[in-house]
Amino acid sequence: MNLELLLRLDYPLTRLIIGLLGVYAFVGINALVLVWVERKVAGHVQLRPGPLHVGPHGLLQTVLDAVKLMGKQLVAPAGSDKILFWTAPILAFTPVTVCFLPLPFDPHLAPIRMNLGLVLILAFSGLGTLSLYLAGWGSNNKWGLLGAARAVAQSLAYEVPLLLSVMAVAFTAGSLDLYEISARQGGWPWQWYGLKNPLAFFIFLVCAVAETNRAPFDLPEGESELTAGFHTEYSGMGFGLFFLAEYANMIIVSGVAAALFLGGWQGPFLPGAWWFLVKIYCILLFIIWLRWTYPRVRFDQLLNLSWKWLTPLALLDLALAVVVAGFGG
Amino acid sequence: MHAFDPTLLRGDRASVRFEPGPAEDKLILSMGPQHPSTHGVLRVMLELDGEYILRAEPILGYIHRMHEWMAEQRTYYQFMPNMGRVDYLQAMAWNWAYAGAVERLAGIEVPERAEYIRVIVAELNRISSHLVWWGAYLLDLGAFTPILYAFDDREVILDILQDVTGSRLTYSYFTFGGVYADVPADFAPRCLAFTQRMRSRLPMYRDLVTDNVILRGRCEGIGELSVDQARRYGATGPMLRGSGVASDTRRAEPYGVYDRLDFRIPVYPQGDAMARYLVRTDELETSCDIIDQAVAGLPDGPFAAKTPKTLKPPKGEASFAVEAGRGKIVVHVRSDGSPKPYRVKLRAPCFSNLSVFCALARGVLLADAVSILGSLDLVIPEIDR
Repeated sequence: MNLELLLRLDYPLTRLIIGLLGVYAFVGINALVLVWVERKVAGHVQLRPGPLHVGPHGLLQTVLDAVKLMGKQLVAPAGSDKILFWTAPILAFTPVTVCFLPLPFDPHLAPIRMNLGLVLILAFSGLGTLSLYLAGWGSNNKWGLLGAARAVAQSLAYEVPLLLSVMAVAFTAGSLDLYEISARQGGWPWQWYGLKNPLAFFIFLVCAVAETNRAPFDLPEGESELTAGFHTEYSGMGFGLFFLAEYANMIIVSGVAAALFLGGWQGPFLPGAWWFLVKIYCILLFIIWLRWTYPRVRFDQLLNLSWKWLTPLALLDLALAVVVAGFGG
Repeated sequence: MHAFDPTLLRGDRASVRFEPGPAEDKLILSMGPQHPSTHGVLRVMLELDGEYILRAEPILGYIHRMHEWMAEQRTYYQFMPNMGRVDYLQAMAWNWAYAGAVERLAGIEVPERAEYIRVIVAELNRISSHLVWWGAYLLDLGAFTPILYAFDDREVILDILQDVTGSRLTYSYFTFGGVYADVPADFAPRCLAFTQRMRSRLPMYRDLVTDNVILRGRCEGIGELSVDQARRYGATGPMLRGSGVASDTRRAEPYGVYDRLDFRIPVYPQGDAMARYLVRTDELETSCDIIDQAVAGLPDGPFAAKTPKTLKPPKGEASFAVEAGRGKIVVHVRSDGSPKPYRVKLRAPCFSNLSVFCALARGVLLADAVSILGSLDLVIPEIDR
């Protein structure tokens, strides 16, 4: 392999490495900002200012927290399976970065453009559940085990309507390429699939909140019931990686939602990448707002919602989308 | 995960005593004493089948401080501060029960102004206690925000009580024959301003929290307590009123000036966690009504009767019942004529209310057990005493 070839930007491996580096930087910075946003929103929802003293309006608070987490001792409980225990947090974070690769931030700013981008994202985001299960199982903790069992059942239940709602959009657009799907929509809200197919958008949002284990569907953590669920025994960066993965997952589902339902990078006045970021943050703020407003649902209610309501509705929506696409196309 | 091996828990008497039952594939789980939703240091041993609870057994004694024994070592006056520590959220009610019992024993008459002040501060304290419960219960159900709104309201009460008593939590404001000091001049307008504020906040809480679909789903039909069961376990207060019995010590055996005040007793017949929730949130409103009336009727006069420096009640015994936020408090005092009580018996409502939990938690999900435990409104130091 010669060096000249490696350094050419259009060589796939080089592009992949640059893309991954860009993704890591993007995830790292955005997770820090997002944690700050979450705490600020939570603060203002709760009649208090949130982080205020470290940096302007507490902006550096999360940076310090991250440094603190890195400095903490890593403790594995006695009787735990050390290999599984430490694999889990790494496994939680790695697939997340892969999921970023096909996201089109801009017509020219997608780390890798592939015609099955959507499938890649859905496949790799399913791996996250495995990490939660390993974490709960490997830590030899009963709360962790209960949280792990919940995580598996929950992601199983919500992956189905999520896939169905995504498929409806894929049928309408006639493509599984996120770039294609975004490009088919226009810059104005009435050209977005989110407004043309609001049911799919709604189902996707609910499932996205459930898949990322966010309140009111944060049952695998369920801190008032399971203390901390699957990450009960994790300290320091072990916990930090789960934390980072949660926020990275949120960014991904918001990015997918923006590309599928909100027209991706398209919009008036601003250059594309900025619109994409604006749309991502709008969805993120919505998810954060949900968390600080609602109580947690019970487990059987959570499964009922998915199997009795969302899945049939998503099937119906898919059928409608197919019919409309068949006649319209 | 290893099978449950009792020898691993050697030396932990509570766990070893909790032998696994006959069911197969069960999990013995120790919930607490450090668990976010056991509110302090309650420990509950659970036998689980999946997430369903086969058996639950509360284990007490982690914060036992021997208050009843301490009473025998101290003079009547010296024991008063202990009462605030029995239930830190409702110090006024416990102060009142003890002061009332000793007054009955020694035959001390309480001036009218003191009685009115007692009613006002006790009702303020009841509101602050219910607000803490409200916030903490919703925290148990996974809603983070309401507790900060509850504490925002409670702050106003604590500020009022701080100016009256000099203390924000363990007041020791009552003394035999009245209260320790007169209220400041701006006390009445501040109380009225608070009740007005509280009333304006209640519709918001009802719309945003009580009528929420998820909250209703988590509370309705959960932990149904029948009247018969409630009576057998000795459950009192909102527990009993949530089961449809209009039982309130303030109405049944009026003390203070409650017989002169007009107030509603909220009763809900369902007996589930939602009924208990609604009883307590309604009581926020009735307490505001009582405060308004008592402030309007606050007479002039002395705030305490003259009592001797060393109180030596005559031989005999007396008890005094008070309706606290959590149920019926009874303090029974026996005197042998010396400056120290011969025996003080404290009847804590939470102890009886907690004993219902074993029956209610059988066969429910772990998440429901947390909801039930929260709806009992427990203060663990009061159970252990």
